[in-house]
Amino acid sequence: MSMNSVGRPTRPDQQTPGVGGSLTGARGLLQDEALIFELGGWDKTGVDLEAPKFDASDLGDLVRTAPMGLPGLSEPETMRHYVRLSQKNHAIDLALYPLGSCTMKHNPRLNEKMARLAGFGDLHPLTPVSASQGALALMDRLAHWLKTLTAMPAVAMSPKAGAHGELCGLLCIKAAHEAKGQGHRRTVLVPTSAHGTNPATAAFVGYSVTEIAQTEDGRVDLADLEAKLSADVAAIMVTNPNTCGLFERDIVEIARLTHEVGAYFYCDGANFNAIVGRVRPGDLGVDAMHINLHKTFSTPHGGGGPGAGPVVLSAALAPFAPAPWVVSGSNGFDLIESPEGDAVQGFGRMVAFQGQMGMFVRAYAYMLSHGADGLRQVAEDAVLNANYIKARLSKVMTPAFPEGPCMHEALFDDHWLEGTGITTLDFAKAMIDEGFHPMTMYFPLVVHGAMLIEPTETESKLELDRFCDALIALAHAAKAGDVDRFTGAPYLAPLRRLDETQAARKPKLTWKPVSQTPLAAE
Amino acid sequence: MRYLPLTPADRAKMLSVIGAKSIDDLFIDVPGVAQIRDLFDLPRHAGEMEVERELAALAAMNRPAGSGPFFCGAGAYKHHIPATVDHVIQRSEFLTSYTPYQPEIAQGTLQVLFEFQTQVAALTGLDVANASMYDGSTACAEAVMMAQRVTRRNKAVLSGGLHPHYAAVTQTIASAESMEITRLAAAIDAEAAVIASIDNDTACVVVQTPNAFGTVTDVSKVAEAAHAAGALLIVVTTEAISFGLLKSPGEMGADIAVAEGQSIGVGLSYGGPYVGLFACKEKYVRQMPGRLCGETLDAEGRRGFVLTLSTREQHIRRDKATSNICTNSGLCALAFTIHLSLLGERGLKSLAALNHSRARELRDALAVIPGVQILTPRFFNEFAVRLPVNAAETVEALVGQGIVAGVPYSRLAPEAGMDDVLLVAATETTTEADIAALVVALKGRTGQ
Repeated sequence: MSMNSVGRPTRPDQQTPGVGGSLTGARGLLQDEALIFELGGWDKTGVDLEAPKFDASDLGDLVRTAPMGLPGLSEPETMRHYVRLSQKNHAIDLALYPLGSCTMKHNPRLNEKMARLAGFGDLHPLTPVSASQGALALMDRLAHWLKTLTAMPAVAMSPKAGAHGELCGLLCIKAAHEAKGQGHRRTVLVPTSAHGTNPATAAFVGYSVTEIAQTEDGRVDLADLEAKLSADVAAIMVTNPNTCGLFERDIVEIARLTHEVGAYFYCDGANFNAIVGRVRPGDLGVDAMHINLHKTFSTPHGGGGPGAGPVVLSAALAPFAPAPWVVSGSNGFDLIESPEGDAVQGFGRMVAFQGQMGMFVRAYAYMLSHGADGLRQVAEDAVLNANYIKARLSKVMTPAFPEGPCMHEALFDDHWLEGTGITTLDFAKAMIDEGFHPMTMYFPLVVHGAMLIEPTETESKLELDRFCDALIALAHAAKAGDVDRFTGAPYLAPLRRLDETQAARKPKLTWKPVSQTPLAAE
Repeated sequence: MRYLPLTPADRAKMLSVIGAKSIDDLFIDVPGVAQIRDLFDLPRHAGEMEVERELAALAAMNRPAGSGPFFCGAGAYKHHIPATVDHVIQRSEFLTSYTPYQPEIAQGTLQVLFEFQTQVAALTGLDVANASMYDGSTACAEAVMMAQRVTRRNKAVLSGGLHPHYAAVTQTIASAESMEITRLAAAIDAEAAVIASIDNDTACVVVQTPNAFGTVTDVSKVAEAAHAAGALLIVVTTEAISFGLLKSPGEMGADIAVAEGQSIGVGLSYGGPYVGLFACKEKYVRQMPGRLCGETLDAEGRRGFVLTLSTREQHIRRDKATSNICTNSGLCALAFTIHLSLLGERGLKSLAALNHSRARELRDALAVIPGVQILTPRFFNEFAVRLPVNAAETVEALVGQGIVAGVPYSRLAPEAGMDDVLLVAATETTTEADIAALVVALKGRTGQ
């Protein structure tokens, strides 16, 4: 047994058998934390408020008398509860977070600090325009950067996330068709490899979706596209770089063919990080593209949002942008909230107020920090990192598209796992035990057992090597028949593999006191 | 550049492992016409100090709500946020994590969402709630489309008391799905007109309480009328603190309740990010939009939480999904949950009572100004007043005196012809001195 100088053992005795888990449900220092409803806080509160001067007798029987069932806790208890829960999460601040298509890059803390300046964080959305000139100026400057980086003449700022931006783009397209007497167009073309939000958005707007085939080298099949383009097509939605992590080589031709039949080209900008500062979508013939500020421009993902999805627009679509928008005049900036007169071509309104101002501040701070030179380096390093991973892992795993470089993400299939009895899911779960978040799995749908790895530019070579070494070791273990390591994984995470089937079969979506029956399935 | 870890030596080594001569080799698939060799016409990178200087200068041109007497509401409210909330939401594990697709290493986020869903269901008096929407207005539009799926009818009636922006968002989104939207004329007491507009083709009626003029209404009668016609009742609330004092949407017969949750834990931030609350009766759960978190067990039989019923969602169902929503408002939902856990039922009731009391103080103070007429008969923390002068011009003039007097209704709906109507809100942050300052300034403005 090894010991330090005062005789304290510094490593566990190899001979000691495992005790089969703790007695309390804790794992090391990770507590088995109950729900807030189970902590006995039915009559507690963690805030001190003065007594009201007037009662609510003026409201008569409008007042709520039934109990709500909301527990409260003192501040130390609340703090401990949520800090304990936080420790059960993986985060980009802990390790490489290789989710393909999600762009999990470092979130600079300067951006958080700036968003919390009282002039932004404590600014009411209906503050008189004369008293919110700085906010409007920031929106205008951010818009200028977005337009310059994309070579597009206009941008709609209000969409609240990528999918919301898609909706905004398609509504612009619909309005533009209607203005030209082309409102009868019913079809939107979407490649088979698209994000699920693309067909969902097209259907949401009332279009029918037709899929375009993919070539063997992972790109849009031009012949199939040509065959499906017609006077009934309203738009094509193409992600570029696409979800296989590849640049659509024929993108200019795709745009030309689309425009030839009078349709518009919607580009899903989820993967803009690969080309920012190097390639401008406007040069490729794009008519509309959303930009996920929470991907390319580093605003934090926050465990599932908030995001922000401004949409850049071509000259043909710009008049149809939704309210509100910022204009500049001799007296400074103005906010057009209720367009009148010539401006009323806009398709309407996407959100109650101006959009995700908190994200605008963060994204603008990020842009200023990088500048034109830094942003170009972002794209180059993101692509370099992905190709490095592809090169190193291709020795043990099978890349889905081995020929040529990838862009910002490396895509593997599960061909190399054949005969091992191990699935993509098993392999991914085993990564957790090695300290890494799994990559995106089983997406894009066009690749069998897909594993999509996006490292982003904010990983050092050391971290990339640690990641590759871990995956190579796992791949060797898989091929050596160490099956249990995978099929039972994860072993070392806060929880073991969870039963998702059971969760969906008998949904239990809210906490209920034990005496009540759980929510029954329909 | 401080955010980029690779050194030139790293890059050279990595290129050689890849087998590429230069970075340009990795961009060979980009067509030549789109290869930009020069840097874009934008500033070069900047240090923290320079960035901070530019943003601080912009921030200083704005007037934060906390900098003086302040009475704006109309869908976003100035409330005190306990320091704990902002501290916890900045923890790396919450701030910099992704949507919890890998539940084994996302139990923190998932358990919070389960708590959030339970809290939202409790507040709204309904059975189930989802894991958040972008904001109240988009939740409202999604609720209308959900009613279309549930009833297979195409007509929606929007009350004249619905926030004009919510009505506009709903009209924009739902008409794209070829729904027929009837927007009733703006009205301070709007329910009679809503009931009169319901027919057997109506999928849903949308009412708001407290409404856009602050009016608090028992919508039970609207529920009865809607249900008699086979329609759903959607109840909208833009001030979530009001749940602590007023009958819940569920108690009054709502089938779906949507709300803006900003008032609980989320800063004003010029309109976003906020957090949309969405709750409904259990029997409609499979038609709900958005993410749902559910309880289950792990391989060792321990309780855990996962995202569930995802067959409703876009990443599985694609064009057959109930909504296209993907990223929602997770971190704001966390802020909401922490703040509400600090408040508890006791604290929320006290906070709501204090808001109502402050608004009564404000009402009493404004009511004695000659020429000022209180329009809202029953209110929570916000009400409408008619001024003897133009409301927008009054607000503009008072800003010059350091007072943000409220929201002119004409800013929300210029077409309503209510240029003399001002919406004023008071919260726990409003002081007696604030109210006194507003009274003096208004008297000056109205020539008294």
